[in-house]
Amino acid sequence: MVCEKESECIEDMEVEILPSMWPEDIGSEVGKQFNIEKPGRDQDMLEDVTIIEEPTIADFKRLMELTNFTEKGSSQLAYLMKHWEYKQANASRLLREELDSLSKQRQDVELRKMEILEEHRFEEERYGGDKRPVSILEDVYDIWQDVPRRKNKVVVQNKRIEIDAAEYDTVKYWKQRALHSEKLLEASIQREQILQEKLQERIKNIERQSSPVEELSQILKRADNFLHFILQNAPVVIGHQDKELRYRFIYNHFPSLQEEDIIGKTDIEIFTGSGVKESQEFKREVLEKGLPAKREITFETELFGSKTFLIYVEPVFSKAGETIGINYMGMDVTDQVRKRERMAKIREEIAVQKAKETELNKTIHITEETMRAKQMLATMSHEIRSPLSGVESGVMKLEATKFRPREVLKHVLQTAAASLQKILTLEGHVSDDVPIEVVGDVLRIRQILTNLISNAIKFTHEGKVGINLYVVSGTQANEDRCLSTPQSSSDRNLLDAQRHDHPPSQNHAFHGECISPVKSECSANGDTEEHHHSTETTVWIRCDVYDTGIGIPETAIPTLFKRYMQVGADHTRKYGGTGLGLAICKQLVELMGGDLTVSSKEHHGSTFTFILPYKVSIIEENSDDTDELSDMENDEGTCDDTTESFFQFQPRTLGSLFSSNGSSRTQKLLTHKIGYTSSNTSECSFSFPSHDIISKGTCSVQDSSLVVDTPEISESSASSSGQSRETNIENVVSRDKYCQDKGIADSSKHMVAALEMDIATKSSELQQKFKVQGNVTSIFASELTKSTSKPKILLVEDSKINIMVTQSMMKQLGHSIDVVNNGAEAVRAVQQCSYDLVLMDVCMPIMNGLQATKLIRSFEESGKWDAARKALMELNLADLDYECSGPSKKRIPIVAMTANALSESAEECFANGMDSFVSKPVTFQKLKECLEQYLS
Amino acid sequence: MGSGGRLTGNRLQGVVGGRRGCNGAEELARAGACEVTGEWKSRSPVKTGLPLWMLGLGADLLWADMNRLLAFLFHQGVLDEQFLQLQQLQDETSPNFVSEVVNIYFHESEKLLRNLRGLLMEREFSDYKKMGIHLNQLMGSSSSIGAKRVTNVCLAFRAATEHNNRPGCLRALEMLEHEYCYLKNKLHELFQIEQQRALAAGVRYPVQNN
Repeated sequence: MVCEKESECIEDMEVEILPSMWPEDIGSEVGKQFNIEKPGRDQDMLEDVTIIEEPTIADFKRLMELTNFTEKGSSQLAYLMKHWEYKQANASRLLREELDSLSKQRQDVELRKMEILEEHRFEEERYGGDKRPVSILEDVYDIWQDVPRRKNKVVVQNKRIEIDAAEYDTVKYWKQRALHSEKLLEASIQREQILQEKLQERIKNIERQSSPVEELSQILKRADNFLHFILQNAPVVIGHQDKELRYRFIYNHFPSLQEEDIIGKTDIEIFTGSGVKESQEFKREVLEKGLPAKREITFETELFGSKTFLIYVEPVFSKAGETIGINYMGMDVTDQVRKRERMAKIREEIAVQKAKETELNKTIHITEETMRAKQMLATMSHEIRSPLSGVESGVMKLEATKFRPREVLKHVLQTAAASLQKILTLEGHVSDDVPIEVVGDVLRIRQILTNLISNAIKFTHEGKVGINLYVVSGTQANEDRCLSTPQSSSDRNLLDAQRHDHPPSQNHAFHGECISPVKSECSANGDTEEHHHSTETTVWIRCDVYDTGIGIPETAIPTLFKRYMQVGADHTRKYGGTGLGLAICKQLVELMGGDLTVSSKEHHGSTFTFILPYKVSIIEENSDDTDELSDMENDEGTCDDTTESFFQFQPRTLGSLFSSNGSSRTQKLLTHKIGYTSSNTSECSFSFPSHDIISKGTCSVQDSSLVVDTPEISESSASSSGQSRETNIENVVSRDKYCQDKGIADSSKHMVAALEMDIATKSSELQQKFKVQGNVTSIFASELTKSTSKPKILLVEDSKINIMVTQSMMKQLGHSIDVVNNGAEAVRAVQQCSYDLVLMDVCMPIMNGLQATKLIRSFEESGKWDAARKALMELNLADLDYECSGPSKKRIPIVAMTANALSESAEECFANGMDSFVSKPVTFQKLKECLEQYLS
Repeated sequence: MGSGGRLTGNRLQGVVGGRRGCNGAEELARAGACEVTGEWKSRSPVKTGLPLWMLGLGADLLWADMNRLLAFLFHQGVLDEQFLQLQQLQDETSPNFVSEVVNIYFHESEKLLRNLRGLLMEREFSDYKKMGIHLNQLMGSSSSIGAKRVTNVCLAFRAATEHNNRPGCLRALEMLEHEYCYLKNKLHELFQIEQQRALAAGVRYPVQNN
């Protein structure tokens, strides 16, 4: 029992004692990590490990000093002493206890012995001469009851029975008892002996147990082994340096220097090279500050080359608290550092790669967008293409149909609202003075409006998009057109609002302005004027399409209406589109005799304004003032749409509900009714002959594009008529109408241009030159129609097969064609003969189709073949004929024939002045469509 | 007799199923669908010692043969609708238009193919740009006669030249030559049948009775 207890105790102690081998702070915080296994097993474990003790180079004297002088060392020793003392005390306490218990037992035994002896004496006395009467009965027991029963009770009991059996109080009886007692005594002695032996053994054991020195050294050895065990392969250098940073102890598993080379020397004395000084200074810093620190230092020494060490340095203090040196631990992290650097590099490369990738993706995206745009162009629907090419070739038809501006406006807004994908308010204001019904090319106007509105929606993210319609005077139209400086949209809107509020005064002003010039102009041909004015008159309607969108930077405004131009590349990326829309719109507007302008403020919005002349039929609207009024009132009462002045599409009712703002409408009606005499003047004014003339006459005098066009008409008309007379404005107007009906908008346009020149009286020379007579136009027109019946077609193609096929097809379609084999020949052919259509292959030897087209176009613009001559010279080809060169009649439609619409970029075709393209192989269908489009 | 007369005037109209018919190819493809799965085979002549056409009796059969061959070529993608456009161009004023055009095509194409092979076989540096021009020409004329497969191979060939991909070019050239030969053989076959048919249709026997 005692034995076990003791060993347990010792074991417990062992476990407790080991952590104390380690610095206290480690022991308390992470002690568990450093626990060593129980000594027995530990020893076994280390037996298998061969420990090379060589690497340790230690200054043992110094170590002793350290243990003696440093705090840690002394506390360590003190602890070990205390522990040993405690253990000894414990052992002696146990021994004393054992002794105590043994002596107690002996005392017991002795007491018993004495008792027995006493009994014997008593018995003997009784035996000797007992005179006292002894009860033979139960009384005998009384005596035995006095004897302590504790230990011998059983025995005594047995005895008693034996005694009972034997004869009581006989000699024999007493003999027996004595014998028995003897036996007991013997057993007791025997026990005592055993105990004594045990005690001896115990003492011997204790003696055999180790001395404190032994135990200490054992523990130290174990710790040493442990350290060796864990350090034997670690790329670690551990050292201790004194105050002067001289090595006093160093452990290095891979020593490259002998003990004498290191101990007692400083780093600088041992090594040379970069990093050495740094480490020395670092150590000194730690020494001075008294705080442990870590640092990574790269050494470049002759001894071991380039190596990076992670160095941990901690100060060592004396008992008095002074720093007496440093502990130093270094670990070779060269590979890690290299890896880390490589990783960093790789990461950097990855980042660069990623950046490149995103850039590439962007580029791809842009390219795709561009491709899509190209594709879109290539497959651009016939409807979109035709007005453009129509505008370009100048043979577009203008339809004159009656339509209701309010309905058109409403419908355009409704359509836009239906496909609206943003939260925008769409609204439309129609001034009361805008006629209910006007005559114009509603299809084109709708196209322009739709285009402008969709454009506005595209570039607006919040706020509203709207259209204002109101009547302006012809002169005002002119003024507006001349406004080149972009106004801020807000200003413009403000202006618009003002105009809205005061339409009557405006109209009055317009009348005042107009009447006088009319009189002077019209006096010459009073009779014709009247004749025409009884049927119709012209009204100029200004249309503002405004938005609260991103606006247009001022610098971008000049190029805004150019083809394929958008404000910036970013915009194309962000908003898509081809940049064709505005160019087409502008050309359409100009073709109809108006002008398209823009005012914008970046980030605030833009307003696109176009002013167009419309014919108003007076027969329907009654020339009489009072009748007109009553009519109007009736209209209002019966039909909403005809006179509605305000439309709004709120974002909530997107695409589903069309709500005309009732309250505002009644308001408008109210004002309308209050000032009806004045507000209706514009409509009444239609009966004034002057209005028409002036508004017609002032259209776009300064429009340069029209001026360029004028020579051809003047030439043709002059040659065909011979006479020249003062132009009658009315005639021109009627002619205009006539020409439109005939579908020769081209000539009408030129007539208008010529007329403008007249009225503007800009240059008297020009005036003389461009005087045109009324009947000339019809002749000219008929000539044109005649010429279209047998058009001259030129095929420019190098492939024999294609020539055969195309020629044959043309033949079946009833056309004979001229064929040339390359671009240079084409240029020559165009110079020598005027063609109505050129079918141009793109890829050709000598000169390709694009180049040829460009040269032809440059001639058409300049009237000179200089560029073509130069190009031919460069190609070493024969020069053009000189005598044949002269101003071309008109722009020849040139249709590209491409083997692959995408590879031979449609955009390139358009950019070089081609009007459209036919993809190869040519078929009857394609040729027919092409001929219908350009020769009808 | 009656059938022969019908075919004399507009020989090819019957073949293409109407002068301006746009979906002639489809009709033909449908008509010949049963036979297009395998290699097309001309119907074996009846055993008379003499070819039927020489007897002026096989015009109808030959006409059917032609249709089947055409349908087969359409189905195989050798030809496309453009060939029908070409046939539509053939009329009394130019009775041999198709074969004339196709013969010019063969002549031109062989020249181009020779040039292409020469350019590609040049040891040091192939002129890919020039090859591209040749291919554009070949592609243009091939598409014009409706040689669909040749056109497609030309496209691939051109893509290879654009990338200066020499092995690709070589592969494409071989394919192109193969397709071209195939087309040439088939069209020759077609023209031969047509010739026979024309002859057969032209044979007139004196009216015996009446």
